[in-house]
Amino acid sequence: MAMLEVSDLHVAFPRGKRGWVEALRGVDLTLEKGERLGVVGESGAGKSMLAFAILNLIADPGRVSKGTIRFEGANLLEMSESEIRRIRGNRISMIFQDPMVTLNPVLSIGTQMVETLKAHRKISTAEARRLSIDKLKEVAIPSAETRLDAYPHELSGGLRQRVVIAIALLTDPEIIIADEPTTALDVTIQAEIMALILKLCREKDVALILITHDLGVVAEVTERLMIMYAGKCVETGPTRQIIDAPRHPYASGLLKALPQNAERGSRLYQIPGSMPPITALPNGCSYHPRCEFASERCHAAAPALVNGVACYNPLKAKAEATS
Amino acid sequence: MTQPIIETKGVDMRFALPTHFLSREKPMLHALTNVNVSIEAGESFCVVGESGCGKTTLGRAIMGLNTPSAGEIYFNGQRIDQMDEDTRKPIRRDMQMVFQNPYASLNPRRNVFETLAEPIRHLMPEKSEPDVRQQVEDVLEATGCDQSWQRKLPHEFSGGQRQRIAIARALVTNPAFIVADEPISALDVSIQAQILNLLTDLQADRGLTYLFITHDLSVVEHFGTRVAVMYLGQVMELATAETIFATPKHPYTQLLLDAIPKLAGGSFDKPRQPGELPDPVNLPKGCPFAPRCAKVQNRCLAERPKLRTLPNGTQAACHYAE
Repeated sequence: MAMLEVSDLHVAFPRGKRGWVEALRGVDLTLEKGERLGVVGESGAGKSMLAFAILNLIADPGRVSKGTIRFEGANLLEMSESEIRRIRGNRISMIFQDPMVTLNPVLSIGTQMVETLKAHRKISTAEARRLSIDKLKEVAIPSAETRLDAYPHELSGGLRQRVVIAIALLTDPEIIIADEPTTALDVTIQAEIMALILKLCREKDVALILITHDLGVVAEVTERLMIMYAGKCVETGPTRQIIDAPRHPYASGLLKALPQNAERGSRLYQIPGSMPPITALPNGCSYHPRCEFASERCHAAAPALVNGVACYNPLKAKAEATS
Repeated sequence: MTQPIIETKGVDMRFALPTHFLSREKPMLHALTNVNVSIEAGESFCVVGESGCGKTTLGRAIMGLNTPSAGEIYFNGQRIDQMDEDTRKPIRRDMQMVFQNPYASLNPRRNVFETLAEPIRHLMPEKSEPDVRQQVEDVLEATGCDQSWQRKLPHEFSGGQRQRIAIARALVTNPAFIVADEPISALDVSIQAQILNLLTDLQADRGLTYLFITHDLSVVEHFGTRVAVMYLGQVMELATAETIFATPKHPYTQLLLDAIPKLAGGSFDKPRQPGELPDPVNLPKGCPFAPRCAKVQNRCLAERPKLRTLPNGTQAACHYAE
């Protein structure tokens, strides 16, 4: 049994008097111990929604309307708030996009770290401070002892995100969910932070769900990949395999559209149109209006995820294509 | 050699910071220090660097949105940095700007027609109202926008569509030179390619010259003709895109290139030390990159390197680049 198993997850939001719209429309996900999974999609594809749902953080009036989320066999959706608190922030922790928003600006780093530890463990303040300093050292923050009493505004963006990672690691979690952890940062700082996350996950055998829109970052960091489009997973499989030979036309289009994959100065491949909002999804496969391989069938009914790809006309895998 | 369309000579930009009323110190933020670039007609000149390196300030200085503290800026050989608004007005139709965030750069209360007609009415007062309408129609056509958009408001459009409208607004006065400040970084991946292609096509059709400001090196490699790498308000390296990606000479350029996540993977496998931009208020005496440089020598701490031309034609500001 996988450590984390999400099956047929639906998240819905009320829409006036006209019923509900679904932000997630049946997502499955499994995560083994120490595994690094990338979740890629455009804004509005539902990737952050997935992370929030796993942590049972979908705010009213939204709700998980269907599905199960099992962590070590127990369904998180049936737990009471006090039971889920023993898991959230403790065994599954989260790193968000913007460290300036995540950290409390009026509390020192130390206070916030000690607070986190005390919420999950019976521990003295002195002991909690000592542990916090250790974690700051682990994320390579220079002069950790003095930084502990600094306030978030006294640190640069890169250091702040290191502090957020240190806080996420405080309770030695089994899973870290990182939602666009480097999107607000410069490329050089992004490289530092992602190299750090990769190193820590490997050393401590922590599983990672990395949510991002950047295919380069998932290629560098993750082992398995899920590509989301309009609230559904359209392709999933080993990261290398998808990057080298995507089978879903959307995945293939995204990769072909990258400047890295184009000849210098040539026109880039472009996917026509844009992702529909969840309130105005087309019938059938939600990608078919943009898809160059769409057939009659695609207009009629949405394809199910079979062998890792949700498409009636998937592209051939590279091995088959070349032979 | 033909005359460059844009030339900056020793441009400095300093911003005074708020002072304490008892303090005698007058802190200055050095946003640009001695920037010399020349942009040839028809090229896509890219400026790259991390946030705070001065790339946007350079674009704004060229557009006349900030006046440089020192130095000269020329447009087609005519000095423009000291011009007052009235003399500058005829030049403004020839140089326009596209901003990063199309959610912020379009007036939410103005429909697309009004947004596009404004620059013509203001900068080309000789145009009659039918001319204005014709010009708006033409520019919508050229940027792949539908004519039915004219009466719509910005909130009715997606991010990619808004950026098309912002590009149309920049083009409506038929400029020769466009400053594009991170025009695709607020957009989704599948939309970025659409906008980059649009910029490429427009350049081919209209012979535009771009100053393309970005932090994304893979876009520069694809799109740029020449590249200036900036760090803390200074140009660290300047070369053609091909040269800079094949043979980066400055250690900072090297660092930037190493930081690009690659589809092949493997470049994040070794841990990296935290690097920070030095304080732009108290600039270090020597090379601004010295505190982060792997190859730093004593000389780097004492003496600021000047931009010099290397044998392969690259200009680099490093004592030890060769």
